[in-house]
Amino acid sequence: MQHLDQFKKPEDIDKVIYAINNMKTRPIKIMEICGTHTMAIAKSGIKSLFNENVKLISGPGCPVCVTPNDRIDKILELVKNKDIIIATYGDMLKVPGTKIGESLEKHKAMGARVEIVYSAMDAIELAKNNPNKEVVFLGIGFETTTPGSAIAIEVASAQKVNNFSVFSMHKLCEPILRFLGEMEDFDIDGFLCPGHVSIIIGEKGFEFLTKEYGIPSVIAGFEGGDLVTAIYKIMSMINEGRVEFVNEYKRLVTYRGNELAWNMVLKYFEPTDDLWRGIGLVKSSGLKIREEYSKYDAVKKFNITLGTSENITVCRCGEIIKGKKEPIECPLFGTTCSPENPVGPCMVSSEGACAAYYKYGRL
Amino acid sequence: MALDEIITLAYGSGGKKTSELIDEIIVPSFNNPELSKLSDGALLNSENKIVFSTDSFVINPYFFPGGDIGKLSVCGTVNDLCMCGGVPKYLSLSFIIEEGFLLTDLIKIVESIKETAAECGVKIVTGDTKVVEKGKGDGIYINTSGVGFLRHEGLGEDKIETGDVVIVTGTMGDHGISVMAARNNLISGSELVSDCRTLHRLSEEMARFKGDVKVMRDPTRGGLATTLNEFVERNSLTIELEEELIPIKATVANACEILGLDPLYSANEGKFVAIVSENRALEIVEALKKFPEGCDAAIIGRVTSKYPGKVVIKTYLGGTRILSKLTGAQLPRIC
Repeated sequence: MQHLDQFKKPEDIDKVIYAINNMKTRPIKIMEICGTHTMAIAKSGIKSLFNENVKLISGPGCPVCVTPNDRIDKILELVKNKDIIIATYGDMLKVPGTKIGESLEKHKAMGARVEIVYSAMDAIELAKNNPNKEVVFLGIGFETTTPGSAIAIEVASAQKVNNFSVFSMHKLCEPILRFLGEMEDFDIDGFLCPGHVSIIIGEKGFEFLTKEYGIPSVIAGFEGGDLVTAIYKIMSMINEGRVEFVNEYKRLVTYRGNELAWNMVLKYFEPTDDLWRGIGLVKSSGLKIREEYSKYDAVKKFNITLGTSENITVCRCGEIIKGKKEPIECPLFGTTCSPENPVGPCMVSSEGACAAYYKYGRL
Repeated sequence: MALDEIITLAYGSGGKKTSELIDEIIVPSFNNPELSKLSDGALLNSENKIVFSTDSFVINPYFFPGGDIGKLSVCGTVNDLCMCGGVPKYLSLSFIIEEGFLLTDLIKIVESIKETAAECGVKIVTGDTKVVEKGKGDGIYINTSGVGFLRHEGLGEDKIETGDVVIVTGTMGDHGISVMAARNNLISGSELVSDCRTLHRLSEEMARFKGDVKVMRDPTRGGLATTLNEFVERNSLTIELEEELIPIKATVANACEILGLDPLYSANEGKFVAIVSENRALEIVEALKKFPEGCDAAIIGRVTSKYPGKVVIKTYLGGTRILSKLTGAQLPRIC
């Protein structure tokens, strides 16, 4: 994919960085709301290129990080059932629940069936190969991964793979962004909108940020050039008093998005009030499987009672994903909480703000 | 005598079947006077200080693009001996085989061990075979322990100093990514190939430069990033790398892009990283490039004291960030 080179480091990128650093401006706070952006920003070293003009803040874009303790505890109950195989993306393995140190990884080491899969379809294959077990796929992710879960339910239904179910913890971007936008002390000047989510829900899925909240927003790709260009555009808009919505990822994002994929999601899922780590219950912010497909809904199948409130802990993940605190401001960062012994999911997840800071930022 | 098609517990019993396995396959393959004695250990002549190393191999799949567990079991220990400045001479070879393992696969693996050992002039002089019940192993595990004679004295982390230069002998991340792709059928095509090979020729070349080579290490599990951190985490030095100088194959970079992995954390089995004196660095790189296995050798950074105990990297964008050790396994991203 050598064509990516032109997006990694476009020819004039040094001039754009210079321009950003020499704008006559107060410090501008830009929030990225995609875990992959958090990692791309950290890995590219882009923060070290900007002066005090730009402050990049991580928002609630990491789907593992926003999963509350209650859901992890419910998963850890399921895994104790010898008839159940948990099929999950790798990131979930190390996330502890309320009891520090207990995780899927620990249960796996003690003999529980926990399988890492790369897609929901892999979980269906697992179910077919293990007809005497129940395979529960942990449905984590925002709009990017939900179509995968939807297709899996469709295939399971068509092929009558009845020992397969999805534990949906899928979440939606718009409700949490509205929640942030309505916080009294919310002082973000601009948004970097998620590239992959936008592929699915299109520009139209994020326009409200500008139209209703008056916050300049840019959909960005993940290469260095994409990020610098997007940041420049936000800074320029703010400097010139313009409030616009810009798609800087046109090579993959259209206005309407991937309607085929999203219609598939709407067929099998419906919005539900959902619990966010460190934030609490947010109206219509999650996705649950529709009643007519409860055969493939792990929540119904295994009578899981979903908690509606959060325990307050010392871990500051909740403040971090709202952009109120930086990882370094959490009292546990790097001491009690590290990738080897994580207290919260922000440190474990490959897209977590704390993991990004720990891995790339501690200069 | 007809060997069975699959390995059964009888082959590990120490009795007749074990003897058949040794007589029919092991001894003829490695064919040397020390091994043929079939005593408990081998009596070896020593010319110099002895370098000794051991490694175990549990890789699955056993056959992967560019190699197999047999080739790897020779390369792994031979390369460790080379990295210590040794001339690799003798290996022990132990198998733990799971009941039901195909004999034809064992023969292929043994053949591979034979070929790789011959390439670097190493003899298999002693060994062992055990068979475990079905379900108590993962097909085949191999251990090799190796003895070499010290040729290149004075290597060590304590020799690294500010101003030294960091060199790699070729492209990074090939082995780890190719095995991951083969294991999970994530990416098809023949472009992802392990770099598994012995480093005896390159280490012999490095020995010519004596004290201008401070340390060498092959970045296996954990990749280049982890190995470089090991060089500085116990002292007050810094390794500063330039991302654009690190050679990475386009196929490996592309596979990593798709999966959300990082070639700097992916294993290498036929490359090493060396820290060398600044004034001879270019000369060393040119010397390595004369070998096919060193054709992509490059300077990738230098040693400073700016961020004690850390490895930092100047990114393609010109920014700076730390390059940490690997914690846990690399896993493909969710979204």
